[in-house]
Order: sequence, then C-alpha cells, then structure tokens
Amino acid sequence: MNVIELRNLHYRWQGQSRDTLAIAELHVAQGEHLFIRGASGSGKTTFLNLLAGILHPASGSLTILGQALHSMDNAARDRFRADHMGVIFQQFNLLPYLSVRENVQLPCHFSTRRKQQAGDMQATTNRLLEHLGLDRNLWERPVTDLSVGQQQRVAVARALIGSPELIIADEPTSALDTDTRDGFLNLLFQEAAAQGSTIVFVSHDPHIASHFPRVVDLAKVNQTLIPSTPNPK
Amino acid sequence: MILLHLTLRSLWNRRASLLLTLFSIAISVSLLLGVEYIRKEAKSSFLSTISGTDLVVGARSGPVQLLLYSVFRIGNATNNISWQSYQDVASKPLVEWTIPISLGDSHQGYRVLGTNQDYFRYYRHGDKRLLEFAEGKPFAGVFDAVLGAEVARKLGYQLNDNIVIAHGAAATRFTLHDDKPFHVVGILKPTGTPIDRTVHVSLEGIEAIHVDWVGGTKVPGYQISAVDALQKNLQPKVITAFMVGLKNRAAAFRVQREINDYQREPLLATVPGIALAELWQAIGMFETVLRIITGFVVVAGLLGMLTTLLSTLNERRREMAILRAVGAHPRHVFLLFVLEASVIAVLGCLLGAGLVFIGLLAARPWVMAEYGFYLRTWIPDLNDGLLLAVVAVLALLFSLIPGAIAYRRSLQDGLTVRV
Repeated sequence: MNVIELRNLHYRWQGQSRDTLAIAELHVAQGEHLFIRGASGSGKTTFLNLLAGILHPASGSLTILGQALHSMDNAARDRFRADHMGVIFQQFNLLPYLSVRENVQLPCHFSTRRKQQAGDMQATTNRLLEHLGLDRNLWERPVTDLSVGQQQRVAVARALIGSPELIIADEPTSALDTDTRDGFLNLLFQEAAAQGSTIVFVSHDPHIASHFPRVVDLAKVNQTLIPSTPNPK
Repeated sequence: MILLHLTLRSLWNRRASLLLTLFSIAISVSLLLGVEYIRKEAKSSFLSTISGTDLVVGARSGPVQLLLYSVFRIGNATNNISWQSYQDVASKPLVEWTIPISLGDSHQGYRVLGTNQDYFRYYRHGDKRLLEFAEGKPFAGVFDAVLGAEVARKLGYQLNDNIVIAHGAAATRFTLHDDKPFHVVGILKPTGTPIDRTVHVSLEGIEAIHVDWVGGTKVPGYQISAVDALQKNLQPKVITAFMVGLKNRAAAFRVQREINDYQREPLLATVPGIALAELWQAIGMFETVLRIITGFVVVAGLLGMLTTLLSTLNERRREMAILRAVGAHPRHVFLLFVLEASVIAVLGCLLGAGLVFIGLLAARPWVMAEYGFYLRTWIPDLNDGLLLAVVAVLALLFSLIPGAIAYRRSLQDGLTVRV
C-alpha cells in the first residue's frame, strides 16, 4: 500500500492569482524514504504544510495511509497528524520549558493512538533515547542544556514515539556539521526501519540526497513553473 | 490535562517577568478587597458609634442635626432644653435610664461634655460595650474631669493634671474659665468614637464655671471663686440633650411620639440607629467613589497582564508551531493563552487576598493602640468572592485578545516559522 498518494494537487495562497503548488501525481510506497529537493521558493513549505494537514488543498486529492486528507476538516486533519505523523524541524524543535523526557512524550498527550502504541511510555522513551545515543544523565535535564546535535536527536525520538507511519523532516540537518549529519541520518533511517515508518525528507542540500532510495526534485514536479513565488506569510 | 501542565511549565519558565505581572494584580486585588473591608468596617463602626441607646432627645430641629451635635460633637444645638422637661421624660414609667448632656465649652479644640455618673454606667458603643477606664475613675467632685483617650494622648495629660476650660469653641484668653481649673481624675480607653475626643465633666462643674457669667461673657468686677461657687446651687436649669434607655425597646416609637408631642416645650426624640443610617446615606457617597477608583486600579493591573501576554506572542511562535506539529489544534493554542491568564489571575487573587489577611493581622495591634479600633480578622464573604470572580472573568476576557491572535497565527504559520 502506498503511504502517500497525490493526484492533481493544487494550492493557492489567499489573494494570489496563481497557484503556488501544482503536482500532477506522486506516490510513495511504505518504507520508500523520499528525499524532496527544493530550493527556497520552490513551494517546499507549502508542500510540507499540505502533507502534514496544516493546509487544505484547493483542489485535487491527497491520500495518506488510505485516508483522504483533502476531504477532512481542520480538526480531523490535526487529529490525523497527531496519530500518524512525526515532524522534525530544521532547529528549535523542543519546548524549552520541558525536560528531554517530557519533550519526547509530548505527541502521546495529543494522540491516544500514539500513546497506546508506545505501550509503557517511560520504557519506550528510555529505549528511543538510548538508541539515539543520548547520554542517560541528559534525560531529565532541561533541553536548553543540550547541544544542537543532541536536540535534533531528541526531536527524532519525539517524532518516532508511538510509531507513526510517516516522518516528515524539514531540513533537520541544516544546523549540523557534516560528521554529525551523517550520524544523524543513519540513526534516523535505522529507527524508522525498526518501526516501519516512512520518511519524507525535505532539503535544499543535494549532498544528503545520496542517502535516500528515492529523490524527487520539487522544481520539476511543481508545474506552476514560477519557482520564485514568494511565501506571503 | 496536558494543556494545564504545559501552561504551568511555560509560566514557570517565564516566571521572572510574570512575577511582576502577578504582583501588580495581587496589589490591585488587595486594594480592592482592602477598600471593601474598610468600607464595611467604617460603616459598621459608624453605625455603632452609639449603641444600646433607644432615643436621643434634644431641642426641636432635625434628627440628623441632633445626632451630629449630641453624638458626634459636630456643630451646635439650636436651643437648650429645660431641666424640667428632662425630668418629666426621665420619670416616665417606660424609661429605664437617662444620660443628660450639656455641651458648649471646649478645651484646646476638644469639646467639653457635662454629664453625670450615669454616662459611665449606661453609655454603650460598638458591640454594646461600656466605657472603660485606662486610668483613674469617673468624676466625683464638681471640678473633676475625665478625658477621652485622644485628648489625653495628643495633649499629653496624665492623672492629677489641671486643665482650664474655654467658653465656647474658641480658645482666646478672655473667654477662659481660668479661675476654675479642672482636675483630671480619669482617662478612658480608646473607643474609636467621638468620645476619644471629648473632655467629660459633671453637670455641676459646667454650672459652676458659669455662675459669674451673664449672657455668655464674664461680668467685670463680679467674680465668684471656685470655693465660693461650690456653695451656690449648682442644679442645672438647662441641658443640651439627653439619651434615653427604655425598659422595653419595642416601646421606642411610642415614647418617641410622646416626647415629640410634649406640650410644655418643643422637643425632638430620635432613634439613633435610624438617624445614623440616614446620616451615613448622606455622607456615603465616598463609598461609590472608592469603589470606582479601585475598580480602575484592578483594570490597570489586568491591562499590565494583557501587555505581558501580547509581548510574548512573537517569541512564542516557535512554541506554537511545535505544538501544532505534535498534533495540537489551534484551539489548543488559544486555550493555552486563556489558561495562562486564568492561572495568573487566580494566583493574583489568592496572593491579593493573602496580603489583605496578613496586612490586617499585622496592623491590628498598632491600630488598636493608636485608634482604639479593633481590626477584625478578614474573612472573605460572598461579596468578596463575587469581586474576585469578576476579576477572574475580566482576566479571561482580556486573554481572549492574545488567544485569538495566537489562534490566527498558528493557523497561518503552521509548521514553518522562521524565527
């Protein structure tokens, strides 16, 4: 079964005369980690927000895990995201006022499904943090005590807890140096494989692309042909 | 619930700046509650300036005026009443006791009140409390005086000091009764009523210092010494007013009517409680003014909170995006702000209430010593609860603004905030 099925997807920001994003077709199979290359302005942000269910497509169909996201209302898409997706940002992934452990467990508070799948939440958290190579004495510390590389690994643990089917990563390695970056990617693949999650990884960095089984260039898929459309936000 | 947990942790994380907000709300709340307390206490204290007295009787004027000069020592009587009238009323079968009072003289700006021993036996104030002596005893001799607490304290008098009484309210040299000084035999405990500012002497004393006066002035060349004055008939012919205690309170209105219908002289009897309430209504305007002012202070405190909430909106965009990423609905983001404001408001109310409680406890000994006023322990009543609820609801309403802004932003920003 395809994790993502996308057909004739169009999105247009309010007040704009042309589409920001128009993709004819895109399928992602389970476990087929996808690298999406996109320079800024290629509609990357819009694509991610559509995928995560933050934005609602203007037309076309977007089906994730067999569920039609395009016909869900806002609240249903939020629930769907909470249940089935883990998100990793470029940086500042964590709530500064929570400990490492609490940050990792955050998705379980917004999704009963993730909570159930996590089973014993403390044990699962411990296992994830251990696998990701975070020193045990950091676990109860405020996240502000951590280095950027450590913070990104905590973000991975948070995205993975409760085994969501889809991991959406928005340039999570851009703040890391090359050595840390490769280690980070290996860990990400390893953990995603362990629980059968599919990764959709967005970046403008072509060096990372070689790690992925499948690469899609957004500039080629996006039919709007106006790569310099500014993000109106 | 996770949202409350997040709110509390987030607040704790920003505690340094929020502490000031919290304090400004706490202080405005304590002001609100404190003013309410003072308002209630002032009213109940005012209304119990005189208690246990069923009727106050004086020359015919208005009930409020009668009360003002007889109880509050403010202004002067329009007329005196004859001793005969007083005796007639005092001998009515329903009357249990009377206290005659004679006003008109002063000492260093404090009114001098002529009365008899019954004053110390029957006069009650506050919670039906009798007058108590800090030192000494009631007057016995013609030239004995008993001082109110404030008179003794402010003028530094002690037992056995001699004081000179002035004629009328002025204190010029020519109108002094300096040939007949009084001897301080007692000093009263503070009462928190006009009694503290009164010099008490016997009716005979008032009569004695006026034996050689005619028509309000000294007669040149006509002097009667203090010793000689004692030989004269010191039975007063007139008094200013008198208090009446009845055997049965229910008869108050009947006796009042009888006195008001007294044929020989125009008299006025008034029930002090009713006249006090009337007087309070007249001067009670300040209550409303105080309430309005404290209302504004509370709004100012809450506006401070609103400012703080609004100023954090930008720096918290990332926080909102993270919450959205883990599955929070914009509604949750909105609730986060409302919860935050509610927590601050509730803590501010509790802290404010605590400040009032502790402040009153701390001030109690001092106020008692200085003003003779017992500060009762602050126990919030329904009214206070309502005020606090209004503060909380107001805070909630205010928080809708940053909440709505955060809601809209988190819809727009989604997962991608570049801060």
